[in-house]
Amino acid sequence: MNPLSSETFGENAKAALADVQLRGALKYATSLFGERRKEAAEGLSNWEGLRTQARAIKDEALLHLDRYLEEFVSNAEACGAQVHWARDAAEANSIICRLSKDARTIVKSKSMTTEETHLNHALEAAGVQVVETDLGEYIIQLAEETPSHIIAPAIHKTRRQVADLFTAELGTPATDDIAQLTRIARTTLRDRFAAADVGISGVNFGVAETGTIVIVENEGNIRLTTSVPKMHIAVMGIEKVVPRFADLDVFLKLLPRSATGQRSSTYQSFITGVKRQPTAEGPEELHIVLLDNGRSRLLAHPVTRQSLACLRCGACLNACPVYQQIGGHAYGSVYPGPIGAVITPQLMGIEKTAQLPYASSLCGACREVCPVKIDIPRLLLHLRSEIAPRKGSTTERLAFKMWGRVMTSPMLYKLSSIAGRIVQRVIPISKAWTKGRDLRPIESKSFHELWND
Amino acid sequence: MKVSLFVTCLVDQLWTSIGLSSVEVLRRVGCEVEFDKRQTCCAQPAFNTGYRDEARQVARRFISIFEESKADAIVSPSGSCTAMVHHYPELFADDPEWLERAQKVAAKTHELSSFLIRILKVEDVGASWNGRLTWHDACHGLRDLNIKSEPRTLIRNVRGAEFVELEHADACCGFGGTFSVKYPEISVAILDQKIEAIDRAGVQAVVSGDASCLMQIGGRLSRKGSKVRAMHLAELLASK
Repeated sequence: MNPLSSETFGENAKAALADVQLRGALKYATSLFGERRKEAAEGLSNWEGLRTQARAIKDEALLHLDRYLEEFVSNAEACGAQVHWARDAAEANSIICRLSKDARTIVKSKSMTTEETHLNHALEAAGVQVVETDLGEYIIQLAEETPSHIIAPAIHKTRRQVADLFTAELGTPATDDIAQLTRIARTTLRDRFAAADVGISGVNFGVAETGTIVIVENEGNIRLTTSVPKMHIAVMGIEKVVPRFADLDVFLKLLPRSATGQRSSTYQSFITGVKRQPTAEGPEELHIVLLDNGRSRLLAHPVTRQSLACLRCGACLNACPVYQQIGGHAYGSVYPGPIGAVITPQLMGIEKTAQLPYASSLCGACREVCPVKIDIPRLLLHLRSEIAPRKGSTTERLAFKMWGRVMTSPMLYKLSSIAGRIVQRVIPISKAWTKGRDLRPIESKSFHELWND
Repeated sequence: MKVSLFVTCLVDQLWTSIGLSSVEVLRRVGCEVEFDKRQTCCAQPAFNTGYRDEARQVARRFISIFEESKADAIVSPSGSCTAMVHHYPELFADDPEWLERAQKVAAKTHELSSFLIRILKVEDVGASWNGRLTWHDACHGLRDLNIKSEPRTLIRNVRGAEFVELEHADACCGFGGTFSVKYPEISVAILDQKIEAIDRAGVQAVVSGDASCLMQIGGRLSRKGSKVRAMHLAELLASK
């Protein structure tokens, strides 16, 4: 689990800012992702239209989620899949532990949903060995860390750090050649695939019409995870359902372009049920674990419902000036960045996450890049309005009460302006401001006064 | 055209020359400018920090004052405060009477550069300023009000001014209202990207449409001993 807590976001961020290697890695990766995304989006003439269409499909799916989920389940079951409903993380983990209790080795592909449920800890506690097979995930599993980006979990690591990690953990010869490092990981992982009894994956889309689950990736490890072991367990948030197979056309254009700037992911796996004649493809047993874990609560609210439209592409992270500076770990949450600051307090409650919606300058870059047009700044503002009156400091609440009085009374406004001019000569008004920036002094005459003259 | 100036509290208290320059420019292009002295703030600090009751209180007052005005338009030298007025309907979603009043006032409220270009169709205000300068897109003007070409058009028509595009002109300066004092270290780290881009541009002035961003950028430039001036678009356009 991320050792950092959202409650200490400010301190976490300061530590991140002091980490020169981290900032170098972030600057390189976020700008590269950002530029590639932009090029890929500009390469499609109807990008805006696709975004609108994608959002409309998501809205429709979410509005009738009950119906589409039932349709998805009955079609998946008709193809031989076994579907399990999990109310929360603990329930999902216990279902998966039960299913894989006889497994010696589990291979796992990248899945933020299983990060959300802290599945690996549950499996390890149950005595099952689980191996992450996505290169980035494998790196952070070796380093005993958590993903710091939704699609690039080891984005915070430099090539040098990975080289040192491999030497220390795998005993392989020291090299910082990327091709060689990848080869080391591949060789180690191939053996694990061969030995694995169970493969666990996430899900990008669940198609109601056909009961198909769709997973996209670049490394081929998902293809192996879902086809080599006898049993495949797919963990899917309930919001991942799309109504029709044809809807995938829109999403499979938007998702890879938004995530990495690719026109298409290298692998797109469409898994419809278990191995059956005549194709004899797929696992012998397929279990789909449908996870709620707070999602139905979000569904109930007309403003926040749109957060469930998220495709987990990570584009908002790359575009966010805050994320670009501090990376993902500082947020102290499974989901970092702008979308993390929106969904974490909603999924986990605001008690320990109240700082996250304030971790934004509200610049709107996230909204601009979001492939499904989630109005993240609006959601942040909405969450702030729920947090401030309950969790704001007494000083802050009082200050805004006074501010309200002053700003609705021309007399008080004038008086505080004059008071401010005097006070600023005696005491520094804002230390937080003046640490890095000079403060513009209050004018000797306000515009109000100048207008008279 | 008769225009009611919403000068914003920041300009009123900290950067009055922006207000004076706005009046100068508006008059030069033939507007009659009025200033309602009861005005204070647009309510943005409370709205953005999450204090909606206080924000509503201040927004109601703004609406009451400006709906009395006989002016054809309310004009403000700030994309951010103008965007806030455009957000008012969200504050009164459950209050049909105020919602309607909020919508009417919002529809009349324009940011200075977009007012000049979109409403008055004026692209050249007859300004002149000698030197090399660049433009920083303030986030709310850019992304809430879609103001992008307007200031550039106006700047390109300033005699003597050599305009260069800033690298990542649309990247945030890190101000973000209370964000800048809640998380000053992050705010300044973001700001330093902007400062580096300004350095690379080799300009005498960085121009923008919001006093808040300019305080942020200008405050860092001054701390670093830079000679580059942070200048509001209104100040540039008023130059002769």
